[in-house]
Amino acid sequence: MTWLNAVIQGVLLGAVYALFACGLSLMVGVMRIINLAHGDIAVVGAYLAWVIAERAGVSPFLAMIAALPVMLIAGHLLYTALISRSLRGGALVPLLTTFGLAIVVQNALQQVFSPDVRSLGAAAGAITTASWRITGALAISWFGVVILVVAVVVLGGLELLLRRTGLGRELRATAQDPDAAQLIGIDARAVYARATAIAVATAGLAGAFLAIRSTFEPGTGPSQLIFAFEAVVIGGFGSLWGTLLGGIVLGVAQALGARIDPQYSILAGHVVFLAVLASPRGRTLAARSSWA
Amino acid sequence: MTLLAVDRLDAHHGMLHAVRGVSFALAAGDKLALVGANGAGKTTLLRAIAGAHPASAGTVRFDGADVTALPAHRRVGLGIALVPEGRRLFPDMTVLENLLVAGRRARPGPWTVDTVLDAFPLLRPLRDRRAAALSGGEQQAAAIARALMTNPRLVLLDEVSLGLAPVAVDAVYECLARLIATGTTVVLVEQDLGRAMRVADRVVCLLEGRIALDGPAAELSRERVTEAYFGLAGAGGGARPREAP
Repeated sequence: MTWLNAVIQGVLLGAVYALFACGLSLMVGVMRIINLAHGDIAVVGAYLAWVIAERAGVSPFLAMIAALPVMLIAGHLLYTALISRSLRGGALVPLLTTFGLAIVVQNALQQVFSPDVRSLGAAAGAITTASWRITGALAISWFGVVILVVAVVVLGGLELLLRRTGLGRELRATAQDPDAAQLIGIDARAVYARATAIAVATAGLAGAFLAIRSTFEPGTGPSQLIFAFEAVVIGGFGSLWGTLLGGIVLGVAQALGARIDPQYSILAGHVVFLAVLASPRGRTLAARSSWA
Repeated sequence: MTLLAVDRLDAHHGMLHAVRGVSFALAAGDKLALVGANGAGKTTLLRAIAGAHPASAGTVRFDGADVTALPAHRRVGLGIALVPEGRRLFPDMTVLENLLVAGRRARPGPWTVDTVLDAFPLLRPLRDRRAAALSGGEQQAAAIARALMTNPRLVLLDEVSLGLAPVAVDAVYECLARLIATGTTVVLVEQDLGRAMRVADRVVCLLEGRIALDGPAAELSRERVTEAYFGLAGAGGGARPREAP
């Protein structure tokens, strides 16, 4: 039963990783950019939700919804101010730019909010501690299920947007061939700006959920970036359903590793990630890097 | 009525001066065949007209307005469509999706998914097929159909039959004939001189980035064009640059 419990807790943990990985996956899929500031942007989302909840005295859930439009605008600005310029310098420059942005964001957060560890868990109320007790050894937390549902809705919703809507078709067309896309009237820069805006908004959402689920401080970003990146790679580039699955596989691997010995938790996740990279599928990852 | 006026246009690929002082004008409804050897600057000229390649000097005027500084996606909105060399469909999208995405920001006009599929009946059964799974001829037809979805007034077709089986070329030219019948202005880059001169009413031959020959298709012999094509015409006085109207 404890193994089943580990798997279930792993799935719930994986939903958090999937939510983190969503925006990273979108930017890799559409723009071929690995945003190294993704984790730190998520932490900015966490602080934003914290500030709104604190100042307005509202529930963290309301605060994270209020933070969404701000994060959308911030994402749009991030593209127009930084990424579009660095893209002109070639494929590697955005990697350096976002690496620099990550450092700037971490230090700015230290400066403004101090290195104190914070959490929105207490402010969120009973939902974070309530659970369904299935048997003596097996309990499912309400909040874990909420995050799982949000992850499925966000990643599934974005996948539907990409498949079924005009904006989604423009995103996929630009991802597959930006030159041909401009020849049928698509403004690639506008499409990229929207993709970045969506990616930053989902990162903010993930950060806010992390803030409720556990703790955060200015340096939380990089570790979240690693888990998000592993989820994207395990699930395969270019598919948001794959990213959801990748996040869950990573979460289950960590939970099972922790079941063997708590010190194996993170290591088990890395081992799965490396196994996927070494597998024949890992070698084809680069080839299928666009939205199918 | 002059639809397109290209005036002393220059375009570079790095150090290579690919298009050198090219001037010509097209009236609405003209069918121009652009011929020339590999590297003569045909593709660069088309891409510069479409806005996908920057002009280093000169102007492109479309329907009276100077569009030289406009990016490609804005020129599509004015009615310029380029069917690029190598088809360049979105490979992982279906034929229908390729058409729909091009129609999203289309000018108002006669072409919709239905009318395009009526004009290109070979595409109708392939609507839900991935573009990458089509044959070369089917891809070329789909690429032309995709360009039509933007309701263009000027269609630039680059290397229409390159790499296609002869039977596929016939099918593509059938589609093209339907497009030409609608009175759309067409610039056609074609290696097969015979086909090009049957479709077009005017021939422009490029040689090393310059116009070596420009004249009505009916009055030009194959030999004249061939001479211009290989740069042999200068001695015989065959090249007779026509004044832009």
